[in-house]
Amino acid sequence: MENMFLLTLCLLWLTLPLNGKNTIFVQKRIQSFFTWESLESVLRNKVGLRGPMEMPWPSGKGLLRKEVNFYAKVRPCFSLPGYKTRYDDVNLIIIRENTQGHYSGIEHEVVKGVVQSLKIITREASLRIAEYAFRYAKTQGRKKVSAVHKANIMQKTDGLFLECCEEVAMKYPEIIYEEVVIENCCMMLVKNPSVFDVLVMPNLYGDIISNLCAGLVGGIGLAPSCNIGEDGIALAEVVHDSAPDIAGKNLANPTAMLLSGVMLLRHLELNEKAEQIQNAIIKTIAEGKHRTSDLGGTSTTTEFTDAILEIFGNYKASKEMFSLLSL
Amino acid sequence: MSRRSLTLLKNLARNANGSSIQTRSVTYMPRPGDGAPRAVTLIPGDGIGPLVTNAVEQVMEAMHAPIYFEKYDVHGEMSRVPTEVMDSIRKNKVCLKGGLKTPVGGGVSSLNVQLRKELDLFASLVNCFNLPGLPTRHENVDIVVIRENTEGEYAGLEHEVVPGVVESLKVITKFCSERIAKYAFEYAYLNNRKKVTAVHKANIMKLADGLFLESCREVAKKYPSITYNEIIVDNCCMQLVAKPEQFDVMVTPNLYGNLVANTAAGIAGGTGVMPGGNVGADHAVFEQGASAGNVGKDKIVQENKANPVALLLSSAMMLRHLQFPSFADRLETAVKRVIAEGKCRTKDLGGKSTTQEVVDAVVANLE
Repeated sequence: MENMFLLTLCLLWLTLPLNGKNTIFVQKRIQSFFTWESLESVLRNKVGLRGPMEMPWPSGKGLLRKEVNFYAKVRPCFSLPGYKTRYDDVNLIIIRENTQGHYSGIEHEVVKGVVQSLKIITREASLRIAEYAFRYAKTQGRKKVSAVHKANIMQKTDGLFLECCEEVAMKYPEIIYEEVVIENCCMMLVKNPSVFDVLVMPNLYGDIISNLCAGLVGGIGLAPSCNIGEDGIALAEVVHDSAPDIAGKNLANPTAMLLSGVMLLRHLELNEKAEQIQNAIIKTIAEGKHRTSDLGGTSTTTEFTDAILEIFGNYKASKEMFSLLSL
Repeated sequence: MSRRSLTLLKNLARNANGSSIQTRSVTYMPRPGDGAPRAVTLIPGDGIGPLVTNAVEQVMEAMHAPIYFEKYDVHGEMSRVPTEVMDSIRKNKVCLKGGLKTPVGGGVSSLNVQLRKELDLFASLVNCFNLPGLPTRHENVDIVVIRENTEGEYAGLEHEVVPGVVESLKVITKFCSERIAKYAFEYAYLNNRKKVTAVHKANIMKLADGLFLESCREVAKKYPSITYNEIIVDNCCMQLVAKPEQFDVMVTPNLYGNLVANTAAGIAGGTGVMPGGNVGADHAVFEQGASAGNVGKDKIVQENKANPVALLLSSAMMLRHLQFPSFADRLETAVKRVIAEGKCRTKDLGGKSTTQEVVDAVVANLE
């Protein structure tokens, strides 16, 4: 079963255009590569996987978020044994509120030389993200949820966010809940990231902290992520860009994409399979024999994927099926 | 004749020893009366504050530095900074303070922020650098973070629109952005720094951070010898963790500055060792650089194990600000020697000493 899924993943990765212009035409109305068919498909299937797309900013990404109302962005960060960075024991998940906070986009010039930007926090969105965070922690067997805030200065806005987190925390007494001021959080992350487990925070802090944590474990080239929407819609995607300079050359590192696929499996609560695939990926990187060029090796994308598939055994049967599918 | 040949022989011997240029102590030319003792307002603050400010007092006395402290008790729970304290700071123009604990969500606005706004201390400076002898995960770190201190996200303008929806205003003005950019470039120019990096999020907050960037670009044109570049704040944090040696001076609006300064302080050695200060046109307040943990945990207070190095280095900055450079140099050299030796270190640096032991070591190392 997991072989089929892995195959489909690899298929998707290899055939998804790294340069979006190839197969999807620009919609005149929204000036983006994103189509109604894609959107309907996501809404229908409830689970999706999206490769990197070359796009001017902002574009289909933001549109997708608005139409489907993805309210949470989940970014796991864990150290890859075998790819040595300065930090060895990172294993945390960042759950970032995706719809409001500082990114409301509501700005205006009051008088010449004075600009105001609105930061909005609502009880509804904060409760929703807190619920998601605690439920995720529970289903994934995590012990602690830390809410990151700056409520000593922004008392009402981040104060409301904290209130909502506290309310939800009371419904999950088995999970430890703590609140961390953002500067303490940054400091602890660079000194000792193993103290954190699941972090939940509003939009802006989430953006900064998730990139900081990606830097701790190897950069955004390896970072998976998943957007969660209402009614359990999940769209996993990669954070890195489309790398047009290596497009079509079979050199790209599929780790981020594969790990995003693993996140989808976890969302569908196929945790066992997810663990198996994740362990296979980690083992392949740790062994060091097949690594793509960004990790310091010389393998191609297909060689790397083959190495992962080999761990599952039944390799030859899978390869045959793969060649059948690609005809 | 013989006297001359003796000098010649000495010169020969000196040159033969290697490249050591004969140094002599730098001579500053003070104006008459510059040595008169200066008054400095001292606010011990909360938590570890009294411990570390006491450390500074002891070291200043041991050095016979020409400053005397006017101590005032201020605590984070007070609703306002008392008027007598403000008057004292206005009179003395310089203040040294420990951390003031701000209650979270308690409806009491932060006293630290109040102090900065009332005295218009628009620039907050944190110097993050690797101390020799202190092992950290990152090498070659020498970053100065200059952060706009009065507006941005910390304007404090919040209100509840309807129950369950709260708004907070982030205000950016051309006036404040320009003066912080000017200060950053001036600092870089006067301290022989080569690069200034502006940190922003203008791809999302186009008008607000866009205005900040515009002001930085305008000022950059007046300093052609200093390299100027811009970086988005999330990429900046990632780069700080991966390659901190690429940064030199960073200028940022209020909130990002808080995060970036604490991240940089963390990678360079921790809150216990980084000096910093807040400066305005007329006044200056010196305190521990990184705001994370400047009040400390109760356990550290009880066991007297707070790290005084940060405040000692900040007081060295203060001595330079007051134009007593050789006292500042002596203090800094002593502190650096103590850290490099490694025998007296507090818990956050991996040692077991108490605050007093570190102070005694610093005093013993003073020339």
